[in-house]
Amino acid sequence: MRLTRRDTFGLALGAMALTVLPFRANASVEDMIAEFTGGADIGDSGVDLTAPEIAENGNTVPISVDAPGASEILVLAAGNPTPAVATFAFGPLAGSRMASTRIRLAGTQEVIAVAKLEDGSFARTAKTVKVTIGGCGG
Amino acid sequence: MISRRDFLQVSMAAAAAYGGSGFGNWARLAAQQRLTQDDLLAMPAFGNVSLIHITDIHAQLKPIYFREPSVNIGVGGNRGEVPHLTGAEFRKMYGIEDGSPSHYALSSGDFTALARGYGRVGGMDRVATVVKQIRSERPDALLLDGGDTWHGSYTCYQTAGQDCVNVMNLLKPDAMTFHWEFTLGSERVREIVEGLPFAALGQNIFDAEWDEPAELFQPYKFFERGGVKIAVIGQAFPYMPIANPSWMFPEYSFGIRDERMQEMVDEVRAGGAELVVVLSHNGFDVDKKMAEKVTGIDVLLSGHTHDALPEPVLVGETIIIASGSNGKFVSRVDLDVQGGRMMGFRHKLIPIFSDVIAPDPEMTALIDAERAPYADKLSEVIGHTDTTLYRRGNFNGTWDDLICDALLTQRDAQIALSPGVRWGPSLLEGDPITREDLWNVTSMSYPEAYRSEMTGEFLKIVLEDVADNIFNPDPYYQQGGDMVRVGGLGYRIDVTAPAGQRVSDMVLLKTGEAIDPAKSYTVAGWASVNEGTEGPPIWDVVESHIRSLGRVQLGENTSVEVVGA
Repeated sequence: MRLTRRDTFGLALGAMALTVLPFRANASVEDMIAEFTGGADIGDSGVDLTAPEIAENGNTVPISVDAPGASEILVLAAGNPTPAVATFAFGPLAGSRMASTRIRLAGTQEVIAVAKLEDGSFARTAKTVKVTIGGCGG
Repeated sequence: MISRRDFLQVSMAAAAAYGGSGFGNWARLAAQQRLTQDDLLAMPAFGNVSLIHITDIHAQLKPIYFREPSVNIGVGGNRGEVPHLTGAEFRKMYGIEDGSPSHYALSSGDFTALARGYGRVGGMDRVATVVKQIRSERPDALLLDGGDTWHGSYTCYQTAGQDCVNVMNLLKPDAMTFHWEFTLGSERVREIVEGLPFAALGQNIFDAEWDEPAELFQPYKFFERGGVKIAVIGQAFPYMPIANPSWMFPEYSFGIRDERMQEMVDEVRAGGAELVVVLSHNGFDVDKKMAEKVTGIDVLLSGHTHDALPEPVLVGETIIIASGSNGKFVSRVDLDVQGGRMMGFRHKLIPIFSDVIAPDPEMTALIDAERAPYADKLSEVIGHTDTTLYRRGNFNGTWDDLICDALLTQRDAQIALSPGVRWGPSLLEGDPITREDLWNVTSMSYPEAYRSEMTGEFLKIVLEDVADNIFNPDPYYQQGGDMVRVGGLGYRIDVTAPAGQRVSDMVLLKTGEAIDPAKSYTVAGWASVNEGTEGPPIWDVVESHIRSLGRVQLGENTSVEVVGA
C-alpha cells in the first residue's frame, strides 16, 4: 500500500491526538485490583515487570512479568479504555512463574502487575511506558 | 583511586599553562606558537591499559569550526550538573581561564573571535596522528568508536557511508556501536557490518519480531591487552525507532534494557573480565542513571549528546567519559588494572586543534581521494554569511533560524518546524557558504521538506511531545537531542512543568495573534519519521533561499521564552 502524504498525516494525527497528556488511571483499576486481592494488603516486592521506558510502537509493546512463587499474576494497562490485559495462572508444577506478551497502549500510562504468591500474600509493581511521536534524535 | 585534585593537576595543566591572553585578540600565529602538538598530546603513560575514545564524528573528515552550546538545561537531578553547565559557568567549574585554548575548545562565549585565533578543529587526519602517537606509546591501546560515524556530510550521503567506513578502517578501531548508521537502511547496515574488520557491538540491539538479541551484532567482545582481560560491551542508541524513521530498519528493536546490561556485565565478569568497559550511545544523563543501576562497570564511554568534559564523572565505582563530537576531541584513558580491579586512572580529553596537530599523510591522502569525485560540488559557493552560523542550543541556533526562514519563504508556510539535532559544524561571520557546509547541517536519508496543514491543537501536541523527550526529569524517558526549532511561531516554555503543561502562549509571529487550537495553519518542516513524506530535499530548499539572499544576516531569535531553567 502506498500512502499519500495526506494519508500519512491523517495517521500521524490519529496517533498524536492520543498523546496530549499522560493517560489518567481508569477509575476501575483499583476496583479490579481489590477484586483480585480480595482487599488484602499488597507488598511492593516479589514481582518484576519488564517494559520499555518509551514504546517503539504503542500498538505492540513487549512486556514480561516474573514473580517466583506466584500462583497468578494480574496485568493491567491503567490508562487503556479497557485496562484488563491478562491474568496469568501458574500450576504448582510450573518451573518458572514468568510470562511475556505484547500489549497495546492507547497512550503514555502506567502498566501494573499484581502477583498472588503461593503463601497467600500479594505483591504489586508498576512502570510508566511513554507513547510518543518522536522524531528528532541528536 | 586518584583524587579529583590529583586528576585536575594532570589534565588541567595544559589549560592553565596557555591561558591568560584576554579575550578575542589572539592572532592565529600567536595561538600556534603557544600551543604545540606535544603539549596537546603529552601524558605520561600510566598503568597497564589505554583506551582511546572517539564518538559522534558525523562524517566530519575535514577540520571544521564547532561552537559549543550556550543553552543546555538540565532537569530533575541533573539541574546544574555537568554537562548542563555552559559558557562562563562551565569554565568556572573546571578552572578554565577566559580566552584559553580550553575555553575555545570546550565552552561557548566569544566564539567567533577565538575561532579566528585558534582556527579549525577536528579532521580525521589529525585524529589519526593522535591515535598513532598514543599507539606508539601503548601499542595495544584499544580504540573505541561510539557511533554516529557514517552520517552527516555530502560525501557520506553520496557514498551511503562508504567514505567514513574506509576512513575508519584505516584508523583501525577495535569496536563500534551505533545510532544514525541505521538510517542508511537495514540492508546497507548489514552489508557494511558484515565486512567490518572490527567488532559491531550492541547488547540492546534486538530482533523486532522475536524480541531476541539480533544476530548481526554481538553484545560484547573480549580483548587481551597489557596482560589484562578486557570486556567491551556495546550499547546502541536506545530510541532509534522513535527518534529516527523505524520503517528504514523495521527488523530491529532497541531500548535501554539495563537489566540485560547487568546480565552482560555479570556474564563477562564470570568469564574472567578484569576490566569492564561500556561503549555507549545512550546520551550522558541516561549513562549516569545506567551507571547507578548497573553494578560492575569500570569505564563508561558516553556518546550521543555531544558533550565534551575535561574530566570523568564518577558514579559509584564507574567513571564516565564524554568525548564531544564532530571529530573535535579524542579521549585517552590510562588505567591501572591489578588482580581484576581498576586501581586508578589518568584521563585526558585531547582537543583536536587542526592548526596545531599535524595531519597524518596517509589519512589525508585517503580522505582527499574519497572527496575527489565530488570536489566541484563540495566547493561551490552558494552565498555568504554575515552572521556566525551554529546549531547547538536547546531551543535554537542560527543555522536552524536560517533553515526555518528558508522553509517559510521557499515553501510559502506560516510556520516552520526543524528537528532539534545536535550535529552540524559552525561557520564564522564573513565566511562563504559552500554546498559542503550546507550539507554538513542537513544531510540525511529522509530529507523531504513537507508542506502541510496542522491545527493549533496539533502544534501544541508536537511541542509538548518533543519537550517531554528533553525535559522529562527521568533521564530514561529522554531521547537526547534538543527542542524542535520553530519559525514563524513563538511560545513560552516552563521546563519544570509536568508533561503536557510546559508550553503556553503560542503566537503566530507575523500577526502577533494567539495560536487558535481549532484553526489550521500551513506548516513546512523536514526530517519527518513518517514513511511516504513528500517534498523537495531540505538542502535544495535552503540553497535556493541562500542564493536569493546572497548574504545571510540573522537577527537575534527571541521567539522562545524559557522559564524554570
